Amino acid sequence: MFIPCDRGGCSAAPDFKGFTLLMPAVSVGNVGQLAIDLVISTLGMTKVGYFYTDCLVPMVGNNPYATAEENSVELSINAEVYSLPSKKLVVLQIRSPFIKNKYRPFCETLLSWVKSSKCARVVLLSSSHAYQRDDEQLLGTPLRYLLTPDLEKAVGARVKELNWKEMEKVAAYPGINDTDKVLHIPGGGITKLLFTESCSEGIQMAVLLKFCSEGDNIPDAFVLVNYLNEWLQLIKSEVSTSNNSTDPSSQWKIPSSWRLLFGNGLPPALF
Amino acid sequence: MATFFGEVVVAPSRAGLDEEEEAREETPEDREIRREIEKKRYRQRGEIREREIQVLWSCAEESLVCSRFIVAIGRNAAAFLSSFILDSVCWEVIGVVKLWNEWCRTSSSTNVLPTDSFCLFYRLISDPTVLLCQCSCYVAEDQQFQWLEKVFGSMQKKGLQVTILSTCPVADYKTQESTLTLVSPFLKALKTKEFQEQVCCPLLEQPNIVRDLPAA
Repeated sequence: MFIPCDRGGCSAAPDFKGFTLLMPAVSVGNVGQLAIDLVISTLGMTKVGYFYTDCLVPMVGNNPYATAEENSVELSINAEVYSLPSKKLVVLQIRSPFIKNKYRPFCETLLSWVKSSKCARVVLLSSSHAYQRDDEQLLGTPLRYLLTPDLEKAVGARVKELNWKEMEKVAAYPGINDTDKVLHIPGGGITKLLFTESCSEGIQMAVLLKFCSEGDNIPDAFVLVNYLNEWLQLIKSEVSTSNNSTDPSSQWKIPSSWRLLFGNGLPPALF
Repeated sequence: MATFFGEVVVAPSRAGLDEEEEAREETPEDREIRREIEKKRYRQRGEIREREIQVLWSCAEESLVCSRFIVAIGRNAAAFLSSFILDSVCWEVIGVVKLWNEWCRTSSSTNVLPTDSFCLFYRLISDPTVLLCQCSCYVAEDQQFQWLEKVFGSMQKKGLQVTILSTCPVADYKTQESTLTLVSPFLKALKTKEFQEQVCCPLLEQPNIVRDLPAA
């Protein structure tokens, strides 16, 4: 599945032992994917390979993180892997939806790659339909987290310090029986499957998600990536001297591919 | 998309966008029903299972040696090849792809009309390592990978250079100015870093992307 890039003649597979794998779920508003774009673009991560898979709709374009003429001509496809060894971080970006009936094989192959490459833990960025929230969820923070039992042991205390809210379970049979509770992440794509599989396979996985709706999801992406940053500290949040508050939003670099998200320029003849 | 009477009809797509459908667990009865339906479809179609594609070569060699492969995807690109490149003197038909999906069906016949959906392979008689493919049919998302593996799997690549010709609507092109004032048609290209030759037109700028079989 994973094909390393041929960089400078060295085609040996990069070593991800002990790294944190950060990846998105293709979910409502594509918030996870937008947040990953911000991480890759801001940290200037290097592409180290891609996934050769028949599970995702094919697409190709030029470098979405191009900053100049010279680096704009590298081809980019639907599932690529970037790495930053100094932070022991490996990032997977997924750029297209799953082909029908192929999301399960993808999850299986992905988790077996996680195990074989000996990643220490997986952080999954996702989102869920805001309209499916219950009365209590409508109030307070729209951000939630989930930890597999193995990761709970390692970072549970840190997460409590951060005062994060765990994703609530819902009644399996609402109205009939409120005692059986299940995890329900509407609009979350493969989030629930990956999480439940990781729990049963002993993989350390954290899910960070935001309740949102389809629309301009750039602000949602910023909120989610700042949430991630509270824990992983990927960039330093500088204290703003003017209002004495920490607002790291301005320190995330928007990639050049986010241009024209809502259409082209208008024809002058319209006016 | 809206039909004549105004109701919204979801366009058929093989992308797994509806997770609820996929999340539904299959009971043993559902599995049995699905198996029976698939068996019935197989019998009705006779030749091929619904989502499988077949690549049929007319030449006897086990694998074709190929140094140049030109693929024209879509009706416009296929018509370009028919008008300017192909003729029965220099090129011979050596293969065909047989497939079925919700949009089109191709047959194993090589005698096709320009309005048919087809996918044919040609070989240059004077240099048999030059192959050409005219693919005017739509290859669905879950068939694209298969198409690739089966076509390229039949080739012995000898310093292979692949050129893909395709068209997209101007309205899909993302640019700062309005597409109304854009002079069209125009050419854009994508190339791998291994392609060292001069490209005859500007490269495709972000945020534009290419989809479907050309992307695959």
